[in-house]
Amino acid sequence: MARSSVPGMLIALAVLIAALLFAFTVGRYPAGLGDLFQVVAAKLAGRPSGVPAAAIDVMLQIRGPRVLAAVLVGAALAIAGAAFQGLFRNPLVSPDLLGASSGAALGAVLGIYFSLGVFAIEACAFAGGLAAVAAVYLIGSAMRARDPILLLVLTGVVIGSLLGAGVGLVKYVADPYNQLPAMTFWLLGSLAATTASDLVPLVGPVALGALVLVALRWRMNVMSLPDEEARALGVPTGPLRIAIIAAATLVTSASVAAAGIIGWVGLVVPHIARTLVGPDFARLLPAAALLGGGFLLAIDTVARTATATEIPLGVLTALVGTPFFIWLLAGMSKTWS
Amino acid sequence: MSINRRTLLAGFSATLLAPRVAHAATVADDGGRTITIPEKIERVFAAGPPASILLYTFAPELSLGWTRRPSPAECAFLGAGACDKPDVGRLTGRGNTTNLEMLLKLKPDLILDVGTINDTYISLANRVQQQTGIPYALLDGRFTAAASTYRKLGELTHRESQADAFAKYADNTIATIKGRIDKVAQNKRPRVYYARGPRGLETGLGGSINIETIEFLGAQNVAGERRGGMATVSIEQVLAWNPDVIITIEPAFAAAVRTDAVWAPIKAVKSGRIYLSPRLPFGWVDFPPSVNRLIGLWWLAKMLYPDQFPEDLQPLTREFYKQFYHLDLTGAQLDRVLSGQS
Repeated sequence: MARSSVPGMLIALAVLIAALLFAFTVGRYPAGLGDLFQVVAAKLAGRPSGVPAAAIDVMLQIRGPRVLAAVLVGAALAIAGAAFQGLFRNPLVSPDLLGASSGAALGAVLGIYFSLGVFAIEACAFAGGLAAVAAVYLIGSAMRARDPILLLVLTGVVIGSLLGAGVGLVKYVADPYNQLPAMTFWLLGSLAATTASDLVPLVGPVALGALVLVALRWRMNVMSLPDEEARALGVPTGPLRIAIIAAATLVTSASVAAAGIIGWVGLVVPHIARTLVGPDFARLLPAAALLGGGFLLAIDTVARTATATEIPLGVLTALVGTPFFIWLLAGMSKTWS
Repeated sequence: MSINRRTLLAGFSATLLAPRVAHAATVADDGGRTITIPEKIERVFAAGPPASILLYTFAPELSLGWTRRPSPAECAFLGAGACDKPDVGRLTGRGNTTNLEMLLKLKPDLILDVGTINDTYISLANRVQQQTGIPYALLDGRFTAAASTYRKLGELTHRESQADAFAKYADNTIATIKGRIDKVAQNKRPRVYYARGPRGLETGLGGSINIETIEFLGAQNVAGERRGGMATVSIEQVLAWNPDVIITIEPAFAAAVRTDAVWAPIKAVKSGRIYLSPRLPFGWVDFPPSVNRLIGLWWLAKMLYPDQFPEDLQPLTREFYKQFYHLDLTGAQLDRVLSGQS
């Protein structure tokens, strides 16, 4: 019956490895994979590597952390998207459905407006994302409705547009010479400033959220069924929904705090992963993580190497994501008619 | 055709509605528009930050208010009473925050806009002039045009002789500095990276208004190959550029970059040539793009070419602040300005 998921998983892994090799090989600074191997080999043999110190620094302090961050953010957005698409039983859902991105955006522009330091801005973004989703959940579940999921989605849309208005207001009153460009750059998404110390606040929440989702993988399969059926199978849908939303929000907010707003990854990658390994979450989550990491890493590598200045990640992912989304809609319209 | 009619109409209504029309004079502004100004100019509305700074330096008593009132820290570096004037918002450019009815209530004799001149601003000026009947003058905001901008402002406000002192300062500054730099060989000119943003990774591309003075001084902007405005770059790219000098406006970045291992291999960091631009009351290098950059030109020239500019910045700064900001700097204030802290 179910075809083997091994080839699909291998493809996902190959995408990530290819992206990793590509990312370490190219860059604006003339240093590459060869230098990295030479350094590692020399370290193991206990002799000097002959690679210039500056090149080592570029690989270990600059390109390395950025590559790791891209993989983590891509993987996080992809698994959060997969979880949300299952939970809301809708293929057009992305991880910012419940306001995580708009909350993080408001937090970040407020941080920039009050001239906070980099870490404080990221903390504001993270807290903003969590607070927005918590507010959506509390408001949405306070109203008793026959379809709690639909109500939650609608509340998310409403709160999201309110937060968007807040971002607009802060941009309107911001200093147009200094703060406004910083806000615009942040909202477009970038990993340009990633350093090794940025990885700590990213790895923790992403790992925690991912662990929760992986632990819930079997129940998430059941959650993809309509509520009544899931309950008939003895699954407590209410608490599970909270756990899945909390875990997905945690990874999304941490990603957005580290990289700014990056759309499309959480929407598009789960679909590709599903065509590779099928809808079972036990296989879908790892496949989505591998593909998402590889996809965003490839995009980020283009963003930092194509020109001397950075291309915003949000722009590049949209360029790739839009054609895919249209293709997806075209396929769906057949089933609708 | 339609533009002609609009201009005509604008001129008409300005003539009809202007309060003191009896001895009106006509002046051609820098946008090539002929505007009719009343005989007496006592109240001037500045349409944006560059205009409000230009107007403050020239004749603070004429100003009706600030686009954005300076912060208390900035006010301490302006003449007495400068910050008593209210916030009046911005009339053109990105985000129009002035209410036109409030504008009429302020009863300006003249609206002054300083900056880029293109068809967008010309048509905006014509519209507002037509709607309000208040003469609306566009002035060239490039700092190389500072002298002629002051002269034009003098003509518009019937204060030609007062404008002369400012125009002369601008002419002398630009001519003196340019004269010395022209003698510097191309290969002796430093390669400069201009750092903005909390991590110093926002920079100005070639031709951007943010680095206008750096380019004017003949330094090579490492990001200047591509033309445009502001952009983000990666640290890797900055390492590859390996600039001789880093100019920044971010105090936090200027402090952190000296000890940051990632930035350590860069020539400018190794030789300690990281310069934090003074910013009180208005930035010396970048923004707002107004005459505040004239004193910044001396500072920047000295940082980039220390051998050619042995001058002590302290008396130069005192002189500029006295003439342009109407303030006698105390010793402590002078130190604070030159330290670049906010």
